Amino acid sequence: MTGKKFKNISMDGLFRNNPTLRLVLGTCPTLALTTSAMNGIGMGLAVTFILLCSNTLISLLRKVIPNEVRIPSFVLIIATFVTIVRMVMEKFIPDLYSALGVYLPLIVVNCIILGRAESFASKNPVLDSSLDGIFTGLGFTWALTMIGAIREILGSGSIFGLELWSFKIEFFTSAAGAFFTYGVVIALFNGLFASIENRKRRKEFKLLYPSYEVDLPNKDKSENKIAKEAK
Amino acid sequence: MGTFLMIIISAVFINNFILVQFLGICPFLGVSKQTNNAFGMGMAVTLVMTITCLITYPIYEYVLTPLGLQYLEIIVFIFVIASLVQMIERAIKKFSPSLYNAMGVYLPLITTNCAVLGVAELVIDKAQIMSLLGIKAMNLGVAVGYGFFAGLGFTLAIVLMSGLRIKIDKLNINPSLKGFPITMIAASFMAMAFYVFNLIA
Repeated sequence: MTGKKFKNISMDGLFRNNPTLRLVLGTCPTLALTTSAMNGIGMGLAVTFILLCSNTLISLLRKVIPNEVRIPSFVLIIATFVTIVRMVMEKFIPDLYSALGVYLPLIVVNCIILGRAESFASKNPVLDSSLDGIFTGLGFTWALTMIGAIREILGSGSIFGLELWSFKIEFFTSAAGAFFTYGVVIALFNGLFASIENRKRRKEFKLLYPSYEVDLPNKDKSENKIAKEAK
Repeated sequence: MGTFLMIIISAVFINNFILVQFLGICPFLGVSKQTNNAFGMGMAVTLVMTITCLITYPIYEYVLTPLGLQYLEIIVFIFVIASLVQMIERAIKKFSPSLYNAMGVYLPLITTNCAVLGVAELVIDKAQIMSLLGIKAMNLGVAVGYGFFAGLGFTLAIVLMSGLRIKIDKLNINPSLKGFPITMIAASFMAMAFYVFNLIA
């Protein structure tokens, strides 16, 4: 494994193809379990562990599993790991187990895990697949923790259970607040990624044509210019 | 009769699957661009959810519990659902081609729909479902009824959303809000409207 490949896989999982913020997969647990930052971390780490195990095993078995029955086999492998995680969690972390509730068994039908199995683990060697599992899972974890922290600070005036102030906006702990926060966070990240991409494109353009002075067509700016001229 | 009414109100409005319990968000976002598609998807989900409850509840109650194999529930349920969906698809194709044209496309998608596995898991969690519905005894009839009306609640939400989206897509808004984020914010207002039913209860 080269350093470049490692960087590629990690950046893809954490930022470029972040399952929550970029691909918008696994929406149900994101909306339901971000009432607090702690729940977000718990769910994220459970998913990370299952992703790591399922990606590794599927990658090991990728030449054994016949193509026609690959989806049922993937589902069986994932369901087995979910069952194991559920039993361990019920025994050792009962608080988190009851907080996650019905969403813990629902990890089986989480699109992230089946998606990574189908698009990455069934085609790539073991080490790459396990790394991809870890980093996709961590990308999911940090996104969930961030949304959970926003909702917890605004909705219950605390973070990770520590009380900050008594100012609360109940809206953010309700179901409506979940949809709203998630929508706004995605919009912000869309804007951020668009501006990063735009800057990169400008740089490449300048490298290619150093003497070319004119800016790339920027929609907002040209619209502003037209508006100014009209005045 | 009181129980029946309670199931309807609770499953369709108070604990709406999409807007309150966050189950089945993927089809809610993916198939809500046109009203007739949304309706077909909703009906297909309702059908599968009803039959799933009819089969998984007895399996858990009379097979897994007496044998002490409750921990196998996830694996058993997902396989029951997957084979069920296949069978329903074949049956509909054979007996009613017009119905197959209306909802056949959506059936394969339903296997990995959280709403279906979610209802199977909810129905066997007796303490939770009884407090949710405000009833004292749990049986197969309640389970199947809950599955059916939860499916109708899903249909209601997805059809309402498709109506909203036709309007939303015409709006001239910031490009980073377009598509998914604005749909989420619209869903947030719908969830607020459904919260009113919670206050009535």
